[in-house]
Amino acid sequence: MNQFKELSWQGLWKNNPAIVQLLGLCPLLAVTMTVINGLGLGLATTLVLIGSNCTVSLVRNLVPNEIRIPVFVMVIAGFVTVVQLLMNAYTFRLYEALGIFIPLIVTNCAIIGRAEAYASKNPVGHAAFDGLMMGLGFTLVLLILGGMRELLGYGTLFSGANLLFGEWASVLKITVFESDSPFLLAILPPGAFLGMGLLIALKNALDKRVESWVVKPEQDKVVQRARVTAES
Amino acid sequence: MRLVMYAGIPGLAVQTWFFGWGALIHFLIASITIIVTEAAILEMRKKNFEVAIKDCSALVTAFLIAVSIPPFAPWWITVIGSIFAIAIVKQLYGGLGFNLFNPAMAAYVMLLISFPVQMSTWAIPQALSQFPQSFMDSFSIIFSGFSADGYSIEQLRTHVDGYTMATPLDALKTAISQGMTVQESMQTSVFNNGLGVGWFWVNFAYLLGGLLLLKVNVIKWHIPVGMIAGISVLSLFMYLIDDGIYASPMFHLFSGGFMLGVFFIATDPVSATTTNRGRIIFGLGIGAWVYIIRTWGGYPDAIAFAVLIMNMGVPLIDYYTRPRTYGHRTEHKNVIKVKQIDED
Repeated sequence: MNQFKELSWQGLWKNNPAIVQLLGLCPLLAVTMTVINGLGLGLATTLVLIGSNCTVSLVRNLVPNEIRIPVFVMVIAGFVTVVQLLMNAYTFRLYEALGIFIPLIVTNCAIIGRAEAYASKNPVGHAAFDGLMMGLGFTLVLLILGGMRELLGYGTLFSGANLLFGEWASVLKITVFESDSPFLLAILPPGAFLGMGLLIALKNALDKRVESWVVKPEQDKVVQRARVTAES
Repeated sequence: MRLVMYAGIPGLAVQTWFFGWGALIHFLIASITIIVTEAAILEMRKKNFEVAIKDCSALVTAFLIAVSIPPFAPWWITVIGSIFAIAIVKQLYGGLGFNLFNPAMAAYVMLLISFPVQMSTWAIPQALSQFPQSFMDSFSIIFSGFSADGYSIEQLRTHVDGYTMATPLDALKTAISQGMTVQESMQTSVFNNGLGVGWFWVNFAYLLGGLLLLKVNVIKWHIPVGMIAGISVLSLFMYLIDDGIYASPMFHLFSGGFMLGVFFIATDPVSATTTNRGRIIFGLGIGAWVYIIRTWGGYPDAIAFAVLIMNMGVPLIDYYTRPRTYGHRTEHKNVIKVKQIDED
């Protein structure tokens, strides 16, 4: 059980794929114009992560080391196709809104990173849970960034919820303020980079603050690794 | 930096004379915002803010923002721009001396892409305006959107004959895109002898201020000369090819914010190059970019974009224009040769 707790902590905060490993930045920056777009892409990525982590973990003893990367990519591409077709069938308007970024999940380094660093070395249960937590961590960042940009740019939250959840969800839309001159920078790509930078800074500041509260009795010498993906 | 402010006074005065009190009011708003922001962030960074504020570098940023944005722009434009310039462009990169980009110009570009409507409604020369504004009018427009007599910004931008006027650069761009020649478009009343009414004198005043700065050695001649040469050569070349669709070098030199850019913006010692040869290249690049964007780009003026683009090139220019080390004839080749001889 303890290991599951550790996996959650790693995926959601300490080794968050979006703001610590900085993987999958392209979709992260491109689609987070609204909360719902972010949520849609985040859920799709989570599904792919769970599926690919499971499969990679199952075949980890069958695949020769030399050709593991192509095999992993094929597995991921398969799952992305499944998710893409599912979204095309059930959430067509969101599928249209996200456009090219759904097929591009296949190039999201967070997924192949987890397959290589974790799933190919661990049993199925752990790998699936790791996929779930990493996906949720990614989704969380997409949600926050989407929220920040939507709030600043359009003055709304959860607009277009009906694209994801069906017609009843139109009532979820919250209009915080109405402005004749929206803050376009927040919606444009530079706003995504600025918002991302501020999020990372916030996380680092929080970490530092917590560290200064918890006074460690003794510090063991830890060999630091440059590649964060290989940490767990 | 205080000298830079003094040298800017003639320009600011002429701008106020021709385009109303807006620039002055915006300067006050920008100064207050910038000093408060700078003090707050330096306090957060646990640094002494008194020294930083007394050196006036922040006030120069305030000055540049205030004279760049349209005099009719609402007050929150200046406030957002000032906070962005100091908090994000300057202090997040480490404060004075560490910023990669010119804070005022980065803020201007941010405002231009975020609020295109407010940032492109420039005032018209007071002498041509149907409703000349008093100080109270300008004040009231900035804080409420209407003049003291209740006229809207659109009404204030109308000519004595009742039509809305654009800036000379805007008017020329629109006219050429509609298939008119430069000479035809210059028949309208924003132009006078081929130069923008009011704009010539604003540029002339900044030129005077800039020459003063050169005289007292606050800035060096390399960047201004490079920039003027860059735009003159390109515009003269295109003008000689076809003077029907390309405006004269004279028009380009004395339009928009060119002279302000030459002497006050591009010469920022922090974000410009540090070598003399590099400064000439830096200036040439800005001049060329201004001409390219004005002529073929989507925006009527381009000082801010040109400066930011060349700011990005500064490390590269610095790398290739490293001065000769004392004691060596040419820079790197000799060093390698000496080594080879040693090894032999």
